[in-house]
Amino acid sequence: MFAFIGSRLLQAIPVLLVVGFIAFALFDYVGDPVSILLGQDYTEAQRVALVHQLGLDQPFFVQYGRFLWTALHGNFGISYRLAQPVGSLIAERLPATLELAITASVLAFAIGVPMGIYTGIHRTSFLSRGFMIVSLAGVSLPTFLLGILLILVFSVGLGWLPSFGRGPVVHLGQWWSTGFTSWAGIRALILPAITLGLFQMTLIMRLVRAEMLEVLRTDYIKFARARGLTNRAINFGHALKNTLVPVITIMGLQFGGIVAFSLVTETVFQWPGVGLLLVQSVAVADIPVMSAYLMLIALVFVLINLIVDLLYYAVDPRLRVRR
Amino acid sequence: MPLLDVQGLTVEFPTRRGVLRALDQVSFSIDTGEILGVVGESGAGKSLTGAAIVGLLERPGRIAAGEIRLDGTRIDNLAPESLRRIRGRRIGTIFQDPLTTLNPLYTIGRQLTETMQTHARLSDAEARRKAIAWLERVGIPAAAQRIDAYPHEFSGGQRQRVVIALALCAEPALVIADEPTTALDVSIQAQIIALLKDLTRDHGTAVMLVTHDMGVIAETADRVAVMYAGRIVEIGPVAAVIRQPAHPYTDGLMASIPSLEHRVERLRQIDGAMPRLDAIPSGCRFNPRCPQAFARCTEQQPELLPAGATHAACWLHADG
Amino acid sequence: MPPRSLVSKAWNSDFAYNFRRSPVAVIAALIALVLVLGAFLAPWIAPHDPMDVASLSLLDSFKPPIGMPDADWSNPLGTDNQGRDVLSAIMYGMRISLVVGCLSVLFAIVVGIAFGLLAGYAGGFTDAVLMRIADVQLTFPSILTALLVDGVISAALPRTMRDALQIYVIIFAIGISLWPNFARTVRGSTLVERNKDYVMAARVIGVPSWRIMMSHVLPNVTGPVMVIGTLGLGLAIIAEATLSFLGVGLPPTEPSLGTLIRFGDDFLFSGQWWVSVFPGVTLILMVLAINLLGDWLRDALNPRLR
Repeated sequence: MFAFIGSRLLQAIPVLLVVGFIAFALFDYVGDPVSILLGQDYTEAQRVALVHQLGLDQPFFVQYGRFLWTALHGNFGISYRLAQPVGSLIAERLPATLELAITASVLAFAIGVPMGIYTGIHRTSFLSRGFMIVSLAGVSLPTFLLGILLILVFSVGLGWLPSFGRGPVVHLGQWWSTGFTSWAGIRALILPAITLGLFQMTLIMRLVRAEMLEVLRTDYIKFARARGLTNRAINFGHALKNTLVPVITIMGLQFGGIVAFSLVTETVFQWPGVGLLLVQSVAVADIPVMSAYLMLIALVFVLINLIVDLLYYAVDPRLRVRR
Repeated sequence: MPLLDVQGLTVEFPTRRGVLRALDQVSFSIDTGEILGVVGESGAGKSLTGAAIVGLLERPGRIAAGEIRLDGTRIDNLAPESLRRIRGRRIGTIFQDPLTTLNPLYTIGRQLTETMQTHARLSDAEARRKAIAWLERVGIPAAAQRIDAYPHEFSGGQRQRVVIALALCAEPALVIADEPTTALDVSIQAQIIALLKDLTRDHGTAVMLVTHDMGVIAETADRVAVMYAGRIVEIGPVAAVIRQPAHPYTDGLMASIPSLEHRVERLRQIDGAMPRLDAIPSGCRFNPRCPQAFARCTEQQPELLPAGATHAACWLHADG
Repeated sequence: MPPRSLVSKAWNSDFAYNFRRSPVAVIAALIALVLVLGAFLAPWIAPHDPMDVASLSLLDSFKPPIGMPDADWSNPLGTDNQGRDVLSAIMYGMRISLVVGCLSVLFAIVVGIAFGLLAGYAGGFTDAVLMRIADVQLTFPSILTALLVDGVISAALPRTMRDALQIYVIIFAIGISLWPNFARTVRGSTLVERNKDYVMAARVIGVPSWRIMMSHVLPNVTGPVMVIGTLGLGLAIIAEATLSFLGVGLPPTEPSLGTLIRFGDDFLFSGQWWVSVFPGVTLILMVLAINLLGDWLRDALNPRLR
């Protein structure tokens, strides 16, 4: 088993390096940090000083090395737009995004899986058709539109829920901040979580349904029926177990998608997370933030991939017979 | 009274182009402990018959007519729950491909105990003991250790043994074996057939052995039914059907089997092909390919008529 | 064959029969048709030209849609803060959304087919590398890829050229974000076809590889590609709208539906909801119709579900 993890980690490293390279290339060659940081008028002396300070006069690989080294230490440079260290900017906002993403994922899973199972087993019932229509809406509705519509109905129209910001937050320890401790904080979380989660939920539902249908058509399910096993044993024992194996793993991968998709939701609701930061940065070509975000996302995805691979390994006995 | 009695079984598939009749007035019976072979080409309806008996026809197929009786009681019109209780407990099934018939995520022990506990009240310990006993009986070495293994840890032949154990572990009176050896190596085939014969003889289980391999039938079955295009064209004791086939189709089948004893220039074959379900000829279904067809064959469809030691659906025997 | 019977043959084919029998597919196709026609005939049939600054008057601003007080039929869906007619803006906007969407998907299809064929046919190292790249890219949601590509290229371009080239950048960005889906499918089909006897026969005769790929493998791949293409079109349109909404999409001089929604977002709280909602509804209808067609197409082409 350790060989398995080890080989996966080894495979991950080149990916990280490549992404790091792209991020660095971004950092170094796109845009002109000098004019952005110094404005329109600057003297030659100022330029030289800045170039030296930023290390732009060093050879390429030295810069690359320095970049990776400082990145490993959490130093990603200074944001052009906000003139603050990128590292701390991201750290400040990460809990907001994570809280939103986790809430949305849990919601999506808790509703999507049962719906998927139901529509898989009872293919043609009315309720199934209803669910399918809802899922279609989920796929066709862009996240930002959903957010706007929810705001329109629940904030402007009914005035029940807030439409922007995070509400009061409480800081736990040195880094984490959470909104769950107060009712107002939770209320602020509801609309964004639904917006972010709906797409995921429909995706999960369709996935579970499709898998369920596939599995119910297999020979071993046919044999299980021929042995007189109860419907319950077949649907919730044999079929479900085989369905969930690919579903869980795909869901793990989807979580990374949620973290990234949060950028749209955060923009609509002005949620102070990493996504909003990125969007604001792209608009003004704030390269340090963009490249830092890129590396962060790559790291997150590699981690998630690893966890998913491990999950697969734990659940599917066929993978354990590696020689 | 026969154990299984099928009368006039008709299975239809409604499709866009009309209703296709895949089984037409199929009638036969199986006595307790008897082995009935069912042979025919692919698509003749052998597997469908088995599926119809246990109520596992795939949609949109359905039983359009006929009666199926098990020990005198009708089973074709039962509610799904009652039918479920019959499956496994009174009629077992063995499918063709051992590589796909076992759930890859469950140990074979679990699959065995689950089946047994569905049909009888057994404690977990008892079920496990019986499962080990069954594994030993079907010839799996080191059964007590292998019981917690997963299907993919066994070879194809061993998996089929497990399948046989699963089909018999609830002690049914009848087993429908649908091409149990087709997917296996020739050397293993003989072993599996021998195993099947042994077990069913020991438990007094009747067998409906579906196959396209006449050799297996000759070795194993007591009686044989020959199917063609959804009908039984000949049925009778194995020796009689093989040595003195009364139906031209059976005759053609026997003749096309290469013999180790004679040398021939060309293998004999039956010209043409089995008709498609939407292009069934009128009269006897075999008449376009039959070397002995005459006028009546194209007009009227023959029922099974006594023909010497067997019954054949052929107008050649119209006078007994 | 005379055209008449060709048409009737097509009409009676399994495919068309399936289509006629499915009310969902027919309705979806009709909706899509109406929207597409509305979009492309916009210059001729739109009641106003929203881009013509001279025709705008602030007196017209914030007129509500029909059904609310102070509305009139010259602006059936109301106007925005500068007096622009919402209906016309929607028609022109849909045009842009559709054009960008279609071109992006086409780009993705071409790149995807090329790489997919190459990977599937050549196998070995080429296959491994290409698929690794596709896999890595697939773990990132396409919107993120599009956003980053868009951001990077925009930043790299000199400021003066930015606006003019923006539309191509968007098309490229969205296309790039979608190619792996096509590549994977095409590769899968290629792998299946490659091992078939007719391909081996062609190779034995000496037909050059690219020829085999184009004339033998490619036709067998069109089915799945069409299905993914329709669904991809929906995704592309949503992607463009999202990018425009976020402010990094098309420039305001050529507003797409996403840009229009963005404009209207500011007025939600002051009560002028129609500026955002109507473009939004149009967007939803368009994508819904496309998705329904795609779903139906997938079921129709899947022999096992009949």
